[in-house]
Amino acid sequence: MKWSGEHAVAAVLRVIAFSSLASLLLITIFIFKEGVPFLFSHGAAHFLLSSRWDPMAGEFGVLAMIVASLVVTFGAMVVGAPLGIAGAVFLNEFAPRWVARVLKPAIELLAGIPSVVFGFIGVMVLAPLIRNHLGGPGLSVLCASVILGVMILPTVMSISIDALASVPNSFREGALALGATRWQSVHMVVLKAARSGIVAAVVLGLGRAVGETMAVIMVAGNTVRIPISILDPVRTLTANIAIEMGHATGAHRDALFATGVVLFLIIMALNGIALGAMKRGAR
Amino acid sequence: MRVRRQLEQAVAVAALGGATLLAVVVLIFILVFVLSKGLRIVTLDFLFQAPRDMGRAGGIFPALVGSIILPLAAVCIALPAGVGTAVYLAEYTAEGRLTRLIRTGTDCLAGIPSILFGLFGFIFFVTVMGMGWSLLAGALTLAIMVLPTIIRTSEEAIRSVPRSYREVSYSLGATRWETVWKVVLPSALPGIVTGVMLSVGRCVGETAAVIFTAGVALRIPMSAFDSVRTLAVHFYILAREGISMENAYGTAAVLVLAVLLVNTVSYGLMHRFIARRER
Repeated sequence: MKWSGEHAVAAVLRVIAFSSLASLLLITIFIFKEGVPFLFSHGAAHFLLSSRWDPMAGEFGVLAMIVASLVVTFGAMVVGAPLGIAGAVFLNEFAPRWVARVLKPAIELLAGIPSVVFGFIGVMVLAPLIRNHLGGPGLSVLCASVILGVMILPTVMSISIDALASVPNSFREGALALGATRWQSVHMVVLKAARSGIVAAVVLGLGRAVGETMAVIMVAGNTVRIPISILDPVRTLTANIAIEMGHATGAHRDALFATGVVLFLIIMALNGIALGAMKRGAR
Repeated sequence: MRVRRQLEQAVAVAALGGATLLAVVVLIFILVFVLSKGLRIVTLDFLFQAPRDMGRAGGIFPALVGSIILPLAAVCIALPAGVGTAVYLAEYTAEGRLTRLIRTGTDCLAGIPSILFGLFGFIFFVTVMGMGWSLLAGALTLAIMVLPTIIRTSEEAIRSVPRSYREVSYSLGATRWETVWKVVLPSALPGIVTGVMLSVGRCVGETAAVIFTAGVALRIPMSAFDSVRTLAVHFYILAREGISMENAYGTAAVLVLAVLLVNTVSYGLMHRFIARRER
């Protein structure tokens, strides 16, 4: 009796264990099922290479949005990665113990601030600053990059700290024994040893920036156009989906799912890079 | 030579310290800005009154209720699936191709952005399953979104239970499931709760996945098929549509405090858990 119960539990657990895999498959299937037929009927090349988006006229081209997503994400990396990595190096290698003990949890808590709040700060504080001092409409590539950069900062910093902390102390001691200063031991030995973990931290941050939606809608200005300057407003792939989903029907709705397919592929490529970097680090 | 190296170190440390200071100051500024502008508006009436005129006046009570019910429902759905997966991975099977596949799937799921969860939830739960914009559709979507977090933290917690606990249990004649249920899971509970709290925090702050699945109705839901609006969605709508900046600040303050509270609890739990493990 007991024996068969045990087997039933094991069988149930085996089924449950596939829940995440099944969810992933379901998500992939449904987004592709809605989006891919449109790519075939409308022409994938036209969809990807045209930057004219005019649902009323039946024109669906997402090039400007792909460019916008990449530019804004790159901008976020330029802002967030150096600050995040520098902060991690300082806190893990140079800061007095008590400073690290106070700031590390504080930064992890700040990672939980909802993204809409970051977007709101962008609208209320940063966009007026940009408008008044640099010109343009304020809601722009620059504004979105800075806001997303700050948003991914805690993620990049706390994962980088973990990567640095996992470098054995003997590495540092060896460098110091050879007469290196602490800074030399950090940038010649420790940073090299922690490199793959830090790369993974940055790529995870990038994934968050590419996928961010509501904060970007609030600060990027949402004009469908390839940006010429960093003060131009742009619309990202994510923003395009969220802004138009509410009122889209027919081919327009399918085009939004096709936008989702493009976003999905970009994210999976980034995930692949991050997982690869982490695996190399684990070895 | 020696002086130059010392100088180089001093410059580098100063630059790193400066960057750290800048990062911390910016993050603290955001917190202080929202709380200082928002907390003036937050009164008991603001918290416990129904909104009037689309949120232009009155309070945020339905959104507050939504922000409690929806994450709890999502976690209740995700918890059995997540802990079940973790138990299977840690206790019932050896590392192999299957576990690698499950782990890779979980990692990929964790990387999917919330707008795609929203898109999926909208097409699958809201449309195909016919749930409409509802508490249930929102909770199921969020449950999938937090599943990887719960699986990872639970597995970590289960693996950190000392081997001797299991050996004692087996030596007393307990079966595998009895050991898991009566010995391993109770010992792993603080770690599992940490994962739950992290998940609740993520759901409370989520907007994109909620707005397309749970909808935006500004009422207290009476059934699982009623639409529900969370604080984050309420705040987004107030700020985005310029309905009331005053109330947007107030809502933002409540939202930020709620998320910080949830995260502080989970952080504290995690550290107590780690401390116990190392003892």
